[in-house]
Amino acid sequence: MSDLVSAPAAGDSLPVQTYRVTRADLVRYAGASGDFNPIHWSDRVASSVGLPGVIAHGMFTMALAARALDTWAGAPGRVLELGCKFTKPVVVPDDEEGVEVQVAGTVKNLTEDGVHIALEVTSGGEKVLGMPKAVLVRG
Amino acid sequence: MAVDTALVGRTFPPTEPYAVSREKVLEFARATGSEFDGRTAPATFPIVVAFSAMTSLMEDPEVGIALHRVVHGEQRFTYSRPVHVDDRLSATLTVDSLRQIGGADIIGTRSEITDEHGEAVCTAFATLVHRGEEKA
Repeated sequence: MSDLVSAPAAGDSLPVQTYRVTRADLVRYAGASGDFNPIHWSDRVASSVGLPGVIAHGMFTMALAARALDTWAGAPGRVLELGCKFTKPVVVPDDEEGVEVQVAGTVKNLTEDGVHIALEVTSGGEKVLGMPKAVLVRG
Repeated sequence: MAVDTALVGRTFPPTEPYAVSREKVLEFARATGSEFDGRTAPATFPIVVAFSAMTSLMEDPEVGIALHRVVHGEQRFTYSRPVHVDDRLSATLTVDSLRQIGGADIIGTRSEITDEHGEAVCTAFATLVHRGEEKA
């Protein structure tokens, strides 16, 4: 495990971050982001469009990836690039436990642009984001 | 109805300036469990501004997008600098690409987000998937 801040090196694995997501988190995110699509809070609407249940906003899952980057970088505001595809919905059950999302990262290389990081964002052992990656400020 | 390919290259008017308040950034940081240093917004915060630009595109009657058929396929941000409290941000959306695959329109958009001085802050690239209607 490396210190991403002082001496990042290609191939370093970054400490896996585990986040618990409940329905209450989705409601809070809907309010904070302004995305009130009912598939993120209503089982009735989610089922009507063929989903297995209420799903997390893709942007919420992406925000968790950004949160992990802040943790690894040691401060907010160090991200130069962040991107992903939304490949698999994160179904969030209506109970106290919710669901876990894990964010892992590997340093791919260091360039003049910054520290390139390949992310892996999973829930229940399955990847939920496609090719998530980021570039952080060096040093 | 497929989305007209004439849409490619079209740029929409800039969104009304969005005043980034400390309270709103704190609310967003709390909602995502992110650290807040009192000034710096979380990296995905600009989606709030980009979202309003995308809404203008999706609600334009000439574009022919049915909102309930739209899925967010891909998102990418590149930053000139982080968003800060007291910024006034505006997003200008351009349709970069349009492909039709299996009855769906894949719409590539780019929203240039600038501050009150017109300086670049962030570019938000969003791919929207517009699923076609079932054939009768």
